[in-house]
Amino acid sequence: MKLNEWIFVGIFMALAWVFPTIPIVLGKLLGPKRPNPSKQDTYECGVETVGPAWVQFRSQYYIFALVFVIFDVELVFLFPFALAFNRLGLFALFEVTIFIALLLVALFYTWRRGVLEWL
Amino acid sequence: MFEVPSLSDLNIAATLPVMSLVLGTCILLLADLFVPQERKQLTAWLAVAGLGVSLALSLLSLGDVTRFGDGDEAFAGMFVADTFTDAVNVIALVTALLGVMVAYNYLERTGTQRGEYYVLLLFTTAGVMFMGAAGDLVVVFVALELLSIPLYILSGFRRPQEASEESAMKYFLLGAFASGFLVYGIALIYGATGTTGLHDIWIAVDDIVAGDATSQYLLLIGAGLMLVGLGFKVAAVPFHMWTPDVYQGAPTSVVAYMSVAAKVGGFAALLRVLAAGMPHFVLDAGAPAAWQDTVWLVAVLTMLLGNLVAIVQNDLKRLLAYSSIAHAGYVLLAVAAAGSAGLADESAQAVVIYMMAYAFTNVGAFSVVIAVEKDDASNTGVTSMRGLARSQPWLAAAMALFMLSLTGIPLTAGFVGKWFVFKAAISADLFFAVVVGAVTSLISAYYYLRIVWYMYFEEGDGEAVIPWPLAAAISIAAVGTLFLGVMPYLLTDMAREITLAFGG
Repeated sequence: MKLNEWIFVGIFMALAWVFPTIPIVLGKLLGPKRPNPSKQDTYECGVETVGPAWVQFRSQYYIFALVFVIFDVELVFLFPFALAFNRLGLFALFEVTIFIALLLVALFYTWRRGVLEWL
Repeated sequence: MFEVPSLSDLNIAATLPVMSLVLGTCILLLADLFVPQERKQLTAWLAVAGLGVSLALSLLSLGDVTRFGDGDEAFAGMFVADTFTDAVNVIALVTALLGVMVAYNYLERTGTQRGEYYVLLLFTTAGVMFMGAAGDLVVVFVALELLSIPLYILSGFRRPQEASEESAMKYFLLGAFASGFLVYGIALIYGATGTTGLHDIWIAVDDIVAGDATSQYLLLIGAGLMLVGLGFKVAAVPFHMWTPDVYQGAPTSVVAYMSVAAKVGGFAALLRVLAAGMPHFVLDAGAPAAWQDTVWLVAVLTMLLGNLVAIVQNDLKRLLAYSSIAHAGYVLLAVAAAGSAGLADESAQAVVIYMMAYAFTNVGAFSVVIAVEKDDASNTGVTSMRGLARSQPWLAAAMALFMLSLTGIPLTAGFVGKWFVFKAAISADLFFAVVVGAVTSLISAYYYLRIVWYMYFEEGDGEAVIPWPLAAAISIAAVGTLFLGVMPYLLTDMAREITLAFGG
């Protein structure tokens, strides 16, 4: 690869900064501002907030994050597979079966070790 | 348009030895959930069964009794199943079997008996086997992670003992850092060659040698960064800092295993990348490969530092840690030899012979440390060897044999290993490095024989705990060390079949 082709990487990096900045600035400048108490509230998935946000979370929650990653990554791989299923044939089915089987082993292990119990 | 491979293109049968181990490990992970806490020895036996099946398959393949699959590539060139792969498999599996044996009672008496120990150990072994079979830089990276992550956990297996936790933390942080270097190196090699497949890199190097300086430097820096990442795993100077602390803090049964396994994996990948992928990457026509100077310089530094610092160590585990750094230097010497034209195969053979000898000897030496170690991880000082010859004559004799083998005295396996490494390096005209290697071996005799002196000529109580699995492991290691030393042709005849280079 020629070195000057790397210039594109630089251009992309610059664009990556520009694109998110423009909407934020435009929104500040153009958007109407009519605040009321419920709009000013902290957003917490639509549920009413309880107490301040500066509380210590139990470190055991990391296991939920880990288990979440199992499913998250699984979906990332399964989605393109499902879309192209007709053209991929037996080979892909085989690979995906192995993949899901490995994740099931991990899930079964965490379940048996009592990780999925509510803390 | 991307062509969809069919199931038969994958040639999965060729990966049978390692696949059987991965499958066995997954079953072990699930089976262990149903083994009650007081009967965890059952898990160890199941682990031995899994390793045994895989070892049998590898030996069948290495001994040319049967070949699995057609040809020596699987997963479209990602996985290479040649004689080098088989040899790495056998070394890794023998080490793992010995590793399970030494842990069998040690875990129980130190109160760390958990079934995950064996599962993690088997996963690491699979990682080592994938490293030896890597046909693609991506496989090198994934296998390296599979090798490393279980080792980080195993180092901290003696939780909540602080030394063990500290060693796991150090190993993890530095190891993650080293993995970053490795990936950066892979990215630069991809930038220079436009591929991550080792065979394609081998083809692309010819164009790069003839082409412009930009991609030459890109490839050189990429190879250098990969050397950093893998040099960390094999504990080469200047990436060795973690070794003494981790070896001292981690449970001794883990150290016995990982001091060999991590090295086997690291050197296998290093050979695949440097010796197979880019042995003809020269900057001036007729010169040896561009990476050769760096590798032998690292080898010289590693041999010097490892051997010189080991002299002043008073803790057996620290002493053996520096000794393992020194031995990484000797193996690197053989890797450096692969940079000279036509020496890739000879250097791979030397590395395999050295690692096989080292596997028996080093696991054996650490097993003796396990025998004298107290339940609270104390009594690992050099002085704990005092009077061992009187109270445990067989144990002392085995330890003396391991020490002689690590020094490289003739009629032991260590001598055969050093012989082939030096021979390869001399063929590559690396005379200075060979002289350093010979002199440092002489220096190493001081600290190895000091242990023998303590055992035979000083008074002490020489207490040791030797349950039968540990005794069996020490016996196997001792017999292996002696056998390879007295009848080296058993190993070298087999090693002569090993070919690594592309294109022939």
